[in-house]
Amino acid sequence: MLSSSARRGAAVLLSAAVLTTLSACGAAPDKAAGTAGDGKSKVQPGAAASAADLGGMDALVAAAQKEGKLNVIALPPDWANYGAIIKAFEAKYKIKVNSENPDASSADEIAAVKSRKGQDRAPDVMDLGIAFARSGAAENLFAPYKVTAWDKIPAGQKDADARWYNDYGGYVSIGCDAAKIPNCPTTFADLLKPEYKGKVALNGNPTKSGSAFGGVYAAALANKGSFADIQPGIDFFGQLRKSGNFIPVESTPATVEKGETPISIDWDYLNAGYAEQFKGKGVDWKVAVPTDGVYAQYYSQAVNKEAPNPAAARLWMEFLYSAEGQNLYLGGHARAVLLPVMTQDGTVDKDAAAKLPQIQGTPAFPASAELDKAKATLAEKWDKALS
Amino acid sequence: MSPSTPTSHPEGTAGGSTTSRRRRRGPRTWLAALPLLAFTGLCFGIPLGAIAFGAVTRTDPSTGATQLTGEHLARSLQGPYLGSLIGSVQLSALTALIGGVLGVLIAQAVVTSRSQALRSAALTASGVLANFGGVPLAFAFIATVGISGVVTQLADLTGFGWNLYSFTGLTVVYLYFLIPLMVLVIAPALDGLRPQWREAAQNNGATGRQFWRHVGLPVLAPSLLGGFVLLFGTAFAAHATAAALVGGSVPLVTLKIADALSGNVLTGQENVALALGLDMILIAGLVMAVYLPLQRRSARWLR
Repeated sequence: MLSSSARRGAAVLLSAAVLTTLSACGAAPDKAAGTAGDGKSKVQPGAAASAADLGGMDALVAAAQKEGKLNVIALPPDWANYGAIIKAFEAKYKIKVNSENPDASSADEIAAVKSRKGQDRAPDVMDLGIAFARSGAAENLFAPYKVTAWDKIPAGQKDADARWYNDYGGYVSIGCDAAKIPNCPTTFADLLKPEYKGKVALNGNPTKSGSAFGGVYAAALANKGSFADIQPGIDFFGQLRKSGNFIPVESTPATVEKGETPISIDWDYLNAGYAEQFKGKGVDWKVAVPTDGVYAQYYSQAVNKEAPNPAAARLWMEFLYSAEGQNLYLGGHARAVLLPVMTQDGTVDKDAAAKLPQIQGTPAFPASAELDKAKATLAEKWDKALS
Repeated sequence: MSPSTPTSHPEGTAGGSTTSRRRRRGPRTWLAALPLLAFTGLCFGIPLGAIAFGAVTRTDPSTGATQLTGEHLARSLQGPYLGSLIGSVQLSALTALIGGVLGVLIAQAVVTSRSQALRSAALTASGVLANFGGVPLAFAFIATVGISGVVTQLADLTGFGWNLYSFTGLTVVYLYFLIPLMVLVIAPALDGLRPQWREAAQNNGATGRQFWRHVGLPVLAPSLLGGFVLLFGTAFAAHATAAALVGGSVPLVTLKIADALSGNVLTGQENVALALGLDMILIAGLVMAVYLPLQRRSARWLR
């Protein structure tokens, strides 16, 4: 038995400890603790624009392990293989990954960065839709950082100042349940056929969902539109709606399995994932990239300028753009940005690459201004065309 | 409703003493309400202030300077944004009206039936169903009466022109939780309709229709209106069910706010979303402004 005074002392100590811990949470990261500490590093991890700035990869790994954790946001485990990527990173570097709100949107990520400025819980790295990568860079939210593979990323897919660069993406594709649909459509023109009445769905509302937006853009390209002119795509879906072919229900794994969205326009990596997921469940999911409307879109990675774990954030980027990380994306049916380079130098996972839907030619991307114009047109005209 | 507590009336409000709920209290009794006021100020006042501030200001992304602007509010009342506000009001008013009428009829049947078992079963079921919403509800409907839903296939509903993913479909889905909600809120009021009043009316030779016209409905009016307002508000604020069912093809203001606030496509629309939120608050306020005075006027009968 403790005497009462001893007990009181223990209580005081305990509450002091609790208070210290509480005030430590949410406090700004201790900048001094971020250095590699061995004297070799030239700059703080938070200011490093490449691994070389810190004295090479080994120094970066050491600094990241000293931080011991990484905050990520909006990385669903079943999306582009992120579940496996996080596990592989944790196992390789012994760094704990805190995955917050996996289903968050790009807008939520930017909001988290802004609202938790200087806090320990702020996301370290972001996986963003291209529009948000551009607007976030304009708002000066990202730290410029060049990964080792920087030079291999195509010029059209990276920010000149290295504040963001594309990592993986895919093509707009038409998924189709061959068990229910006798002739699967392979072009946008096909979708207008009367036999697909009440069968064609998008993955959400194009003013909100990136893949649905890509679907409208691709439909525009298929109907004499261009990156600067998305209107034909909106008209196309208006026509689909009038003919009764289009159903506005948002296609999800559940609606695909249930057969409610037997034809779903979505990213090819998601559609390819469904094909694997529902094999043997009465769903024979076929994926075709429509030949008349080819549109690819990539997601971008960026480092939070005020990342609480700056070294771990940079190590994560290095990992994603290493052959190992890129092959993991391929394993999730996503097109890794370094795929062409890796195909040449032989580091690609050939089995995974062979499973991707076939594509001819190289993808083209709309310029910032064209993208802005397309979004403005869509926000203005979509409701009217569809109702 | 709380029982009326006899307290001192410095100013004699003869005749109206039971109607007026405002009472002169001792100098320090307001302290008891302080926690409530603080809670209200914190949990409603601060968000409201933040919404209003965001709706009328713009922050330049590069310089960080904030300035006043009416641009967001103006945009929220134009084009597709205005269309979504109108769509939401139409859907909410229609579903609240249908839900209110059907809810009252069901509640009346339950209240007047002698079966205690039916009564408790109906009220319990209403309590559960009134809270069944969101994506699970949407998916339950998709699986049952969607295009490849079980019932749709069996009864060939599509042949009759049925389409779940439309304004009509959404109305039916909303009624699924609005009718039970109306049953829940109106049943106590129907209980308060004393049998003696009806007997008195009958003794004076009134028909059933006359009883309802001159006694029943006037007494019930505030509760009916209150139920309507509650249903309207519930439908007006609903989001997840509609998002899963109709996406963008039935324009609704909650969907527009979600698109602008947390999408993957539109950037820099946050302030328009806040302006839309402010519009919603104003509409809800207008509806309450109609309801409150009427409610106060005739609440005296039901206690």
